[in-house]
Amino acid sequence: MSILTTTDLGIAFATESGTVDAVRGVSLHVEPGETLALVGESGSGKSTVALAAMGLLSGNATVSGSAVVDGHEVVGAAEPALRKLRGSTVSMVFQEPATALDPLTRVGAQIAEVIRNHGDVSASDAAARAVDLLDRVGIPSPAARAKAFPFQLSGGQRQRVVIAMAIANAPKLLIADEPTTALDVTVQAEILELLRRLAADTGTGVLLVTHNMGVVADFADRVAVMLQGEIVETGGVEDVLLRPQHDYTKRLLAAVPRLAVAPAGAAAAGGSGPVASAGPVASAGPVASSGDPDGRPGATPVVDLRDVSVTFGRGARAVHALQGIDIAVHAGETVGLVGESGSGKSTAARVALGLIKPTSGSVHLFGSDLRTARGRDRRALRSGIGVVLQDPVASLDARMSVAECIAEPLAVHRRGMSSADRRKRIDEVLDAVRLPRTLASRAPRELSGGQRQRVSLARALVLSPRLLVADEPTSALDVSVQETVLEVLRELQDDLGFACLFVSHDLAVVQQFAERVVVMRQGVIEEQGTTDTTLLHPTTDYTRRLLAAVPVPDPVLQRRRRADRLATLAAVDA
Amino acid sequence: MTAQLAPEAPGAASLVQPVAATGWRLAVRRFRHNTLAVIGLAVIVVIVLFCFVGPFLYPTDQTHTQLSQANLGPSAAHWLGTDAVGHDVLGRLMFGGKVSLTVGIAAGILATVVGTLWGSVAGYVGGWVDAVMMRVVDAGIAIPALFILLVISAITTPGVGGLIVILGFVSWLVPSRLIRAETLTLKNRDYVLTLRAIGGSHARAIGRHLLPNSVSTIVVAATFQVADAILLVAYVSYLGLGVQAPATDWGGMLSAGLTAAYSGRWWLIVPPGLAVILVVCAFNAVGDGLRDAFDVRGR
Repeated sequence: MSILTTTDLGIAFATESGTVDAVRGVSLHVEPGETLALVGESGSGKSTVALAAMGLLSGNATVSGSAVVDGHEVVGAAEPALRKLRGSTVSMVFQEPATALDPLTRVGAQIAEVIRNHGDVSASDAAARAVDLLDRVGIPSPAARAKAFPFQLSGGQRQRVVIAMAIANAPKLLIADEPTTALDVTVQAEILELLRRLAADTGTGVLLVTHNMGVVADFADRVAVMLQGEIVETGGVEDVLLRPQHDYTKRLLAAVPRLAVAPAGAAAAGGSGPVASAGPVASAGPVASSGDPDGRPGATPVVDLRDVSVTFGRGARAVHALQGIDIAVHAGETVGLVGESGSGKSTAARVALGLIKPTSGSVHLFGSDLRTARGRDRRALRSGIGVVLQDPVASLDARMSVAECIAEPLAVHRRGMSSADRRKRIDEVLDAVRLPRTLASRAPRELSGGQRQRVSLARALVLSPRLLVADEPTSALDVSVQETVLEVLRELQDDLGFACLFVSHDLAVVQQFAERVVVMRQGVIEEQGTTDTTLLHPTTDYTRRLLAAVPVPDPVLQRRRRADRLATLAAVDA
Repeated sequence: MTAQLAPEAPGAASLVQPVAATGWRLAVRRFRHNTLAVIGLAVIVVIVLFCFVGPFLYPTDQTHTQLSQANLGPSAAHWLGTDAVGHDVLGRLMFGGKVSLTVGIAAGILATVVGTLWGSVAGYVGGWVDAVMMRVVDAGIAIPALFILLVISAITTPGVGGLIVILGFVSWLVPSRLIRAETLTLKNRDYVLTLRAIGGSHARAIGRHLLPNSVSTIVVAATFQVADAILLVAYVSYLGLGVQAPATDWGGMLSAGLTAAYSGRWWLIVPPGLAVILVVCAFNAVGDGLRDAFDVRGR
């Protein structure tokens, strides 16, 4: 018998601007021991389905159809009945481990509380079982860690604690809503491994909600693809990911940036390694255009960070965000700055922008030292910079129109410009980022995330900059939108020839987009070189581990990569 | 810094809303749907008209005492009777209301303006400047406002202008904290960082981004400040430290009528008391309505 069955599930939300159908006619089932991945882009309704299965929808939701969990109807069920189900028969792992735990309660006590909520267990037994659970989710020295507060654990460990809470009462169904989206790739690989093992050991059915096709390939048995509240395609993971039937699935998969991988075993013995690339790699790849093989042409770099260190705070609480890094970006080239959270890549970008003063070292922008430039010169230097930041919502002032947002750099640096000229320039850059001119009078709020990022890009380009600094410009966007934004960016760079410092955590995107790559870790540069060399034949263990942890959206290849990765890790441990 | 592909938030937030209205129009629409706030606004309008236009429709002599007319109950000639020196109470309610409203509104606005400037400078500049400025605020909050008022009033007898300055001076502290917090979050928004990265001036960051985006907070704060100030005027005057006779305000009327409380002359106490309660409640309701209307959640 299926552990979860939804039949013709429909969910509508009453909002200020009318009723919105979020989910329509969704029928799916999850068998014991099986993982069903519910994939789709933002707004497709996948999380809403997951919440409905828990009976956790907000008060303005109207639900039709049925959702049966282990023989219990959830739709329309009374709150006490739902409470009995939640945490025992069905439990949930949320995206953000930082907010899923109570910051003021020790993690052992939080797990024990979940156990005691659903069973007549003595406090000491519950505490002992909490330690057991921490051990099962792979937390080292669990007895000591049980006494830790959430803030004393890393993000990955916190997510392990959340998982321990979810499996505390041996649920038959585990709902994981983007369980690894907030985590670094190496941590993501570990968490996925853990979830897979737990599900296999206990025969738990898993409903995995995710946007990441790599995670799907790594973890799921079956896949259901959602589009605008409906399931458009469902099937086995290899069928859907390798032989998609529906147009939308095809488009979605085509938009996923794929990491090209070197033939495995090249470094090790030349055994039965998987064959090179994984799909349409960097078709328009600008890789060949870089000059010197070492990627450091003789000309003066557009931006040059030399031996830059940044320390926040002082004394015992000092944080060394950057420790003596050298990064140079030359005209016309794109340098990808990659690394996990806390690696200092955004700090480095902000130093290049002059937003953070380096504690030591020098920053040269267009050949002039930023420290010695004053007043008018400094402002003139700055007019050569364009900036695109990550958050499409926070990047644009909600109180300004799109035209005002784009014109802001003109208002700063081209005070004398007539309003007709300004108008014309705004139209030009809107054309350049392929947005209709009619958007100029709209409010940013009326635009989609992808459109907003293109407005940000238009604003960055309005002064024809020589350097564009892009800090995770696409990581808040859906893959299909990301594809368009990157395409626009690449075309513009070809036309205008600006240098680009591209900060990203996504190795596949960087591989497609950058000629040179700088890999950072904990404030130091691990290695840098041309994208081809560094990302295909990395010289440091760290880069190798980083690359191995990226899940690729091909279940067959991913299975092999996973096995290789585990073998490598085992070899390191041995 | 890791993958942050926007997941769907549960509920309505993730859904595409057909938004056509601008932020302000949306705020107005929301405000109009808040019945209590609309009633509050209506009450304020009516009372302002009553105090400032009323005297032309219902002229009375509020400067000369007419002892022959003292302590009369409500009648056709004096709708709300007369007080101990023969002033018409309904007329006096208008006359005193002018002072109460003027002082309250002006002091509330003054407090908000001073608080906004202080708080935004502290928040924007940050560092030790912020630390020093906020310790000043902490010190100010630690001294009870009433104590300061009593001391000042004991030294001088303020006129309307003086009262405004004094009340404004004691009540700018709370809005300054509010605006500082707002500034702290706004100055690190991506659009402000972007502006600074391309060389935009601080003046532009403040004038074009910080202030326009804090307007809603400021307006809401001002509304509550006005309500507080009107109450404070009544408070100070009740203690006999407000504007001096023959001028008066609602607090002063209450104070003067106190002696009549046990002799059945209710018309000396109830009208000014009700007026204060009505206006203060109305301003608070409007403030609540504005806060909800400007609330960014769900936009």
